[in-house]
Amino acid sequence: MDMNRRQFFKVAGIGLGGSSLAALGMAPTPAFAEQVRHFKLTHTKETRNTCPYCSVGCGLIMYSMGDEGKNVAQNIIHIEGDADHPVNRGTLCPKGAGLLDFIHSPNRLKYPEVRKPGSNEWTRISWDDAMDRIARLVKDDRDANFIAENEKGETVNRLLTIGFLAASASSNETGYITHKVVRNLGLLGFDNQARV
Amino acid sequence: MATLDIIARSATTTTPPSIRDMDAVAKLIDVSKCIGCKACQVACSEWNDIRDEVGHNHGVYEAPMDLTADSWTLMRFTEHEKDDGDLEWLIRKDGCMHCAEPGCLKACPSPGAIVQHANGIVDFHQEHCIGCGYCITGCPFDIPRISQKDHKAYKCTLCSDRVAVGLEPACVKTCPTGAIVFGTKEEMKVHADERIVDLKSRGYENAGLYDPDGVGGTHVMYVLHHADKPSLYDGLPDAPVISPMVSLWKGITKPLSLLAMGAAVLAGFFHYVRIGPQRVEEEDERKEAEAHSPGATSTSALSEPAVHTVDPSVQTFDPKQPDGRG
Repeated sequence: MDMNRRQFFKVAGIGLGGSSLAALGMAPTPAFAEQVRHFKLTHTKETRNTCPYCSVGCGLIMYSMGDEGKNVAQNIIHIEGDADHPVNRGTLCPKGAGLLDFIHSPNRLKYPEVRKPGSNEWTRISWDDAMDRIARLVKDDRDANFIAENEKGETVNRLLTIGFLAASASSNETGYITHKVVRNLGLLGFDNQARV
Repeated sequence: MATLDIIARSATTTTPPSIRDMDAVAKLIDVSKCIGCKACQVACSEWNDIRDEVGHNHGVYEAPMDLTADSWTLMRFTEHEKDDGDLEWLIRKDGCMHCAEPGCLKACPSPGAIVQHANGIVDFHQEHCIGCGYCITGCPFDIPRISQKDHKAYKCTLCSDRVAVGLEPACVKTCPTGAIVFGTKEEMKVHADERIVDLKSRGYENAGLYDPDGVGGTHVMYVLHHADKPSLYDGLPDAPVISPMVSLWKGITKPLSLLAMGAAVLAGFFHYVRIGPQRVEEEDERKEAEAHSPGATSTSALSEPAVHTVDPSVQTFDPKQPDGRG
């Protein structure tokens, strides 16, 4: 192509001007390709559960990523109310609505821990050790402090040195069994958010 | 993936494809049923993957104290003293109203940063946002906020990603008292009418629906027990209108200044074609020099010397010469 110095400058100038105008936003508007944010639950695995907080026992659906394939680590990415659950019909209170952060909290208790007398540190123990330790200590304490009769000689069968606090998200049946176990030990200090 | 038809797009004059007939949706917030539990705030953060920084207790129930780029909805609490001296909580869920005539969209200078969907949702597209903040000026409800992280504007999307696939917004689903309901705008008006009849029967004479005409109606509506005084509810505008500055800037100033810019370019072009660039000729310089120093001779030191001499600092090299000097 034949081009003298003057023509070259003209072409270069037009090119620079045109691209500058385009960069300044005077380019033709693009096609209408905008979409809404992609729906993040499309292929998540849904798991039903009950809210762990209070005794209302709201139904939840936990959405976790992946399809449970062998090579997938399931991770819960969203939780919302279960619309089919008769208790809450999809609604959740602020605590339930924030359960995702509760699950992923670094402070969440995931295994039994013990803080031995005189220590200020919690140490992890196995479930077996925990059950054994609880049974041993309860038995020792009950043997030492069980009150079979009061001063008047009336049978009371009470154990006042142990308290018991049970979970809230319990079924009627769980509540019944909990009640029987606790009362059989003679415990009076017994409470439960579900008020069994 | 589902898309929602767009009916208006910021800073764009092209008509978007809009033949589909879509029902307008609306979120109805019944202020009289709200207990201020803030489940909607939590559900909003959870669904939209936004976590505002943990703030401080200011001795009031509001938390955070104002909407932020990470808090798209907020319960605003007002202690209202009734005529008989009783305290009445007025708890309003603040957030984007999704106006039918959105001031943010009108004010936005960046093409495609704000769009209005056919179902009424006004959505921000942050990838086109330039962070100028004009949407805040344009909003009669003072809703959008610029993020300090990426300097882009954010607000409630009415969970457009949920609505697009047929779900209700996250705040609606979670609301334990049923104070927030969702459906077509017509259904929501019917629902509101029932609520207003109920409230009137309970002694709230001025109960009514907040769906202000000044912004063409909204797709987030309130049932208020004191609809005659919306400003009682933490400054909800009685008659919201888009700031006149927006229509002044976008309506008159913008085309006028574009015209002025075009005229300047055109004038420059014609000047170039008709008169051409101004060139200083040797003759002109000589005349000028003479005019300033009348006693000097015609070839003064001001003009170019007659004989071209090589600057001593310029070294020339000629390989054909034995000593290399040119």
